Amino acid sequence: MNEQEKPDKTRRSLLVATSAVGAVAGVAAAVPFVASMWPSERARAAGAPVEVDLTKIAPGSLEVVEWRGKPVWIIRRTKEMLDSLKAAEPRLSDPASKASEQPKYAQNEYRSAKPEYMIMEGVCTHLGCSPQLKSAEAKAEMGADWAGGFYCPCHGSKFDLAGRVFRGAPAPVNLKVPPYEFVSDGTLVIGEDKEKKGV
Amino acid sequence: MGAQLRALWGWFDSRMPSVAEQWKVHAAGYYAPKNFNFWYFFGSLAMLVLGIQIVSGIFLTMNYKPDANLAFGSVEYIMRDVPAGWLIRYIHSTGASAFFIVVYLHMFRGLLYGSYKQPRELVWIFGVLIYLTLMGEAFFGYLLPWGQMSYWGAQVIVNLFGTVPFIGPDLALWIRGDYVVSDATLNRFFALHVIAFPLVLLGLVVAHILALHDVGSNNPDGVEIKKVKGPDGHPLDGIPFHPYYTVKDIMGAVFFLAIFCFIMFFVPEVSGYFLEYNNFIPADPLKTPQHIAPVWYFTPYYSILRAVPPLFHSQFPGVLAMGIATLILFFLPWLDRSPVKSIRYRGTLYKSALALFVAVFLVLGYLGTEPTTVWGQFQDRWDILDTKDVATWVARFCSILYFLFFFLMPWYTARDKVKPVPERVTA
Repeated sequence: MNEQEKPDKTRRSLLVATSAVGAVAGVAAAVPFVASMWPSERARAAGAPVEVDLTKIAPGSLEVVEWRGKPVWIIRRTKEMLDSLKAAEPRLSDPASKASEQPKYAQNEYRSAKPEYMIMEGVCTHLGCSPQLKSAEAKAEMGADWAGGFYCPCHGSKFDLAGRVFRGAPAPVNLKVPPYEFVSDGTLVIGEDKEKKGV
Repeated sequence: MGAQLRALWGWFDSRMPSVAEQWKVHAAGYYAPKNFNFWYFFGSLAMLVLGIQIVSGIFLTMNYKPDANLAFGSVEYIMRDVPAGWLIRYIHSTGASAFFIVVYLHMFRGLLYGSYKQPRELVWIFGVLIYLTLMGEAFFGYLLPWGQMSYWGAQVIVNLFGTVPFIGPDLALWIRGDYVVSDATLNRFFALHVIAFPLVLLGLVVAHILALHDVGSNNPDGVEIKKVKGPDGHPLDGIPFHPYYTVKDIMGAVFFLAIFCFIMFFVPEVSGYFLEYNNFIPADPLKTPQHIAPVWYFTPYYSILRAVPPLFHSQFPGVLAMGIATLILFFLPWLDRSPVKSIRYRGTLYKSALALFVAVFLVLGYLGTEPTTVWGQFQDRWDILDTKDVATWVARFCSILYFLFFFLMPWYTARDKVKPVPERVTA
């Protein structure tokens, strides 16, 4: 009787080893299911660059194009609009765009390769809503010192006309600038630039 | 006929006696305190709503199409062309809000009478898990109509996960299955909404009830009825759940369904609170609506998210605050150091703290439905403030009070002057 009740060490180890291998197999079985939730090959392939005709954009107006499913803004800035950028600087959270994402050619005081054209992703860096253009006339709504910019309807973040975020907004950094290139005077390509072409 | 039915039952019972046993354990032989009041309707009502949602949901899937090109149209098709389709959809949309109303009242009952306290900690933990699963279920379901609010709401919530340091962006990509909320996202949310989360929900409800029936129900006096038993071994202050409470709960269900039907037939949108107006516009990935807000049941947490300013160029602190605001509920049984359970025998400290907490929760809930500019701005001379929106400051103040209710609980519940608790239930 006692002999039978004593656990057999070999059997015990085999049991532990079998359970451990079984557990590993169980976890491994989850891999294909988790993997199936990553973007599909088709979704990955859908991110091609887009071309924009700049001659149709009037000075001071905003054009929205879709790139990788996201809104990308092209703002043709007037002289007054460009001048307002300097005045806004003391109230900005990251005026020199040090913590923000943009290609090298757009890391300057205008955040743009050509000051006249501001190109940026119209996606709030807070939680991904699309901010709205509020012109300098919207002072009643946006406050007396408003010189034009963008307002996010979701959580109230405010940005200037270079997509730089004002202090006190929930958005942590400036709006993202995508890679772009002026292929001719009137044509812009979004999603591609000289630096990335070779890659 | 009667003899034949009895014989049939005997045949069944001799082959599967566990049916009768379970009925005895959970209904006819489950002794619940005799002093249950109004607040004790909401547990059974929550189960009723769960049933309503499952049944109406099954019939909605028969005509709904989880495809970014077809989803919005299929919902309009259900509303206009499917016989009684409008009714089934309004049952489901009203049921979603009703579920949260009932669950919030059910949780408030727990706070009133200390139902989470020892020995019912597991009942409470399963309850909080049900609440969190329900939030997920509601969130996934809200994307399905593929309206503007569906789309932008999902965009915001998925991006919450994107703020997690290091793994965030990949995590958000994995949840969406695409670089933006798209057809892939809609399709998987449909799968999660109609099968994965309902299964989890049902399992948790079973665990919640099993845990409850093992320790026995609390009551408005917070007295353990099992301490005083009669010669038959049953608690003297207990009555069998069936027929006493089944009948009481049916009456509660009748009143509840009357209100439910009134909303469903006459005001199914409840002025944009149950069904938001912007969701009658098809999803447009390039244009965020003028004002977006989640459905009312998420707004207290949304307010907390919005109130926290970014730190170190990261919005993660706000997300963290929102996460802590929900997850802290798990710790309630250990934060509360009071020797008594029920509000009837607690002192002024807890009573005021609870009253303040309810007020704060409602204010946060209201502010979450409105833009941050709703209460105007402070004067220009307040230049040191990072934002001049009055509503944001009120939300910040209320968020702090929300957390203080929990963080200071070990202190004020231990110091509170409590009254003596009777041996037996009163009234």
